[in-house]
Amino acid sequence: MLHHVWIIPALCALSFVLTLMFGKRTPGRGHWIGITFVTAAFVLSLVTAGQWIQRSGDHVETQAQALADVDPSCSTTSAELAKSGGTDEGHGEKAAAGAADDGHSTEAAASEGEGHGAGAEKAEKEEHFSRPIVDCVHWFTSGGIDVTVGTMVDGQSVLMLVVVTLISLLVHVFSTDYVGGDRRYTHYFAFLSLFTASMLFFVLSENTLQMIVGWELVGVCSFALIGHWWEEKPNSDAALKAFITNRVGDIGLLVGVITLFFVSGSRFNILDINTAANEGSISHGMLRIASICLIAAVMSKSGQFILHTWLPDAMAGPTPVSALIHAATMVVAGIYMVARLYPVFFEGLQIGGSSVNLLVVVGSVTALFGALLGFVQKDIKKTLAYSTVSQLGFMVAALGVGAWTAALFHLFTHAMFKACLFLGAGSLSHANHHSFNMVDDMGGMRKVMPRTFATYVIAALSLCGIFPLAGFWSKDEILAGTGGWNYANGAYTFSMIMLLAAAFCTAAYMTRTVWYAFLGEYRGHHHPHESGPRITIPLIVLSVMAVIAGFANIPEGFRMGLPASWALKFEHIVEPVGIFFPGKEQGFTHAEFNGKLALVATLVGVLGIVIPLAFYYGKLPFLVNLSSRVKFFGFLKRILENKYYLDWLYTDVIVGFVKLPLAKATYWFNQNAIDGVVNGAGKSAAATGRWVYKYIDQGVVDGTVNTIGTVAGSSGEELRRSQTGHVQQYAALFFAAAALLAGVIVVVVGG
Amino acid sequence: MIGSLLAAEVCKPNECFAVPANIAFGIGAAFMIFSAIKVVTTKNIVHAALYLVLVLAGVGLNFLLLQAEFLAVTQFLVYIGAIVVLFLFGIMLTRAPLGVSDDLDNPKAKVGAIATALIVLAVMAGSLIASFKDTKLAFTAPNSVEALSDSIFSQYLIPFEMVSVMLLAALIGAIVLARKD
Amino acid sequence: MLINQFLLLAAVLFSIGVYGVLVRRNGVLVLMSIELILNAVNINLVAFGAQHGVSGQVFALFVIAVAAAEVGVGLAIILLIYRNRHSIDLDELDELKG
Repeated sequence: MLHHVWIIPALCALSFVLTLMFGKRTPGRGHWIGITFVTAAFVLSLVTAGQWIQRSGDHVETQAQALADVDPSCSTTSAELAKSGGTDEGHGEKAAAGAADDGHSTEAAASEGEGHGAGAEKAEKEEHFSRPIVDCVHWFTSGGIDVTVGTMVDGQSVLMLVVVTLISLLVHVFSTDYVGGDRRYTHYFAFLSLFTASMLFFVLSENTLQMIVGWELVGVCSFALIGHWWEEKPNSDAALKAFITNRVGDIGLLVGVITLFFVSGSRFNILDINTAANEGSISHGMLRIASICLIAAVMSKSGQFILHTWLPDAMAGPTPVSALIHAATMVVAGIYMVARLYPVFFEGLQIGGSSVNLLVVVGSVTALFGALLGFVQKDIKKTLAYSTVSQLGFMVAALGVGAWTAALFHLFTHAMFKACLFLGAGSLSHANHHSFNMVDDMGGMRKVMPRTFATYVIAALSLCGIFPLAGFWSKDEILAGTGGWNYANGAYTFSMIMLLAAAFCTAAYMTRTVWYAFLGEYRGHHHPHESGPRITIPLIVLSVMAVIAGFANIPEGFRMGLPASWALKFEHIVEPVGIFFPGKEQGFTHAEFNGKLALVATLVGVLGIVIPLAFYYGKLPFLVNLSSRVKFFGFLKRILENKYYLDWLYTDVIVGFVKLPLAKATYWFNQNAIDGVVNGAGKSAAATGRWVYKYIDQGVVDGTVNTIGTVAGSSGEELRRSQTGHVQQYAALFFAAAALLAGVIVVVVGG
Repeated sequence: MIGSLLAAEVCKPNECFAVPANIAFGIGAAFMIFSAIKVVTTKNIVHAALYLVLVLAGVGLNFLLLQAEFLAVTQFLVYIGAIVVLFLFGIMLTRAPLGVSDDLDNPKAKVGAIATALIVLAVMAGSLIASFKDTKLAFTAPNSVEALSDSIFSQYLIPFEMVSVMLLAALIGAIVLARKD
Repeated sequence: MLINQFLLLAAVLFSIGVYGVLVRRNGVLVLMSIELILNAVNINLVAFGAQHGVSGQVFALFVIAVAAAEVGVGLAIILLIYRNRHSIDLDELDELKG
């Protein structure tokens, strides 16, 4: 399966085509096609994951053997490794267990002798090389460059395969109840399949061009699905806003990929770029430029601060779509991209050595500011959207401080509990006639919707980071990675403070939503009841995952008696080790588990739950109506309600400027300057033509011709007078002339 | 034979001199020139025709002096006998004004015509005198009617036939032109 | 006898004929002047024939024949002109006037 992993996205694409073409005629109006294929994709993803885990258990001695399954027509890393003799200690010939391969580079690798550089050091380290599998086919050739399309299977892609297909499957099942009877039911399911196919294509990409294709495809699917009910203008506006804001960042993606292509020696393959960046063969300046461009892409796709404005508006789409795309999968595409091209960022932004870099600043700011916005929302989905923004900030900050595994682990756990939260909100609104206004229409739902309540609370507690739920483990690993208070690297203290503040805010606004939606008395006008099994079973599955997912990466210091092989399992499976990933000599370290920090984080989370509960139950009277009593807080609240005036900046200032003054100026320029030049050229040509016509054509040319004619005529008139018609006159002239001629001849010839 | 009589010579020590021929020539030339001038200047059209007869007779005399008897006879017969008669018929049929009439000449053209005629005469006379100065007529070539007929019917047979065809054509043409339809 | 006397006589007749052709109004008189010219030519031919052989006379004979034909056709034309215009005044014949 590892070599045939392309089947998984192909299945989902096939599901898309079949649903579009035949969906309406199949039972269930198309959802069975989608569910079947996504189930198949999920099963195959589990199989692939199993094979990968087994593969990562088999160890090889040399770097070259580790790259034995990399097709040399896709990536030149293994070939270059063989060329430079990257094996070590020479006993690698037979030790490549499980390296099933069609004989591309094994001979080359095995025949080399000495090794030096990263490969040798790695072998001494008792770390085991990760063995990615890269397969490709030739796609097209342009300008002397062969572009391939193929798959790259390693821990990251396998993780994403499982997450995407699982959440997609659960969302498919949820949607059969939630959007049942919708005006475009079949179309919806078709696009769910297309999205799954696109996301899988993206995560399996083996080169940056494919990543761009996948990136754009998921953007298109997001647009289509957010605008699913486009007949209402706010929905289509939201879809456009999402797409256009993403477009702003996509420029960064393109420029970044192009820069990397040129500085890495005309290569698109991810392994090659990573190796080149990691070994130091690309200058730091160029890497920094590429990193900054790619960070722009991350900011738009993963909703980082200032380009996050599209995410809350994207909640106009159906809730399962929000769960799938804007919680679990699409928005993490940016995170995945940074994680994939990590050596570029690590070297370009000097993550290992510095105390501040763009990634960590962006991530920390997003985490805190996104979380702050969660306090002023009436819409439960918007609160969850800002929560997603904040958590994505966590992941980006994790990548920025060098905690690579922490970021991906948080991605994994976040997908579980955030999808559960969104689907829970969907369940709530399904019972409330599609209203998401938790302040006005909900309240006291725990009495009528116990299962929703239970799963929602479990997921919320996981998000807040309460021990021993999943969120605790992943969030704590991120905090440890920042190295604040002289823990671990000791470098990113400010980030740690901001992330802790964000964690407090996270707990606080989640408690707010639980209070408004589930606690207290019912404020709506409907008769809500618990949702059916197709809604609640995915909720239950996800909440179970939200509980146990954290145990995939138990830190070494916290094993508490569990077997040693259970510790850091996630890290061993997912984190790459090789010349294409930063290691010790690049300054890449893993944070140790720190009990004190874990305690502080848990305390912050608990406070974040307790204080708001106390406020809502009336125990903190001095905080009531603080914003209207104290002007400063009122001012802060207004800033939050206006979303930091970013939307005003984008829509009214920037776009407004372009629409009115800039467009008017451009129009004026076009009409007067450009058209003026063109018209002027035309007019002057016409005037020249008229002048030429009048003076030269009519005057000179025609004048000449007419004069000739007139001269001919008048001379003819004159000469005609000799034609008298009198024959004798003719005879006279004739005779005279003949006589004269004869005389001349006689005189001249005769002598 | 008559021509040879007329061509009798009087020889001086260095030069032979055919006196009667020259006298005949001189008288004939004077007549001819006088008649010719009369042809072109007279105001009576019939007189013009008659003066023409005199000119033609003078030409016949010259032929005789040049020992071309057959030609002289032909000249008399054809020219005077037929062509002048044709002219007289033409005068009659075109109701030419008989007697003295004043508008037989174009007065405007007189000066130019005299000039032209004098130029022509000057050129020709000049070149003739310049070329032939004192060349005598030798009468060395065979000149008899016999030789003439031999030449016509052997060397110039085809032109002879052509001339007869031409005469036929002229005859038919004249009839076609002049018939009343 | 000098050959020149015949030739000069012919030249004089020729020029008188030229004068007649140019001056005379009546068509018949013009034809008569043309006859003068032809006869002058005949004298010339025969004079040279006496000098060089019988060809001169042959040509003179042909000239006489042609002159006859020419006078016949010419008079026919003049008759036609007279029939159409009732006048053979050549000055009135200016149809070819340009």
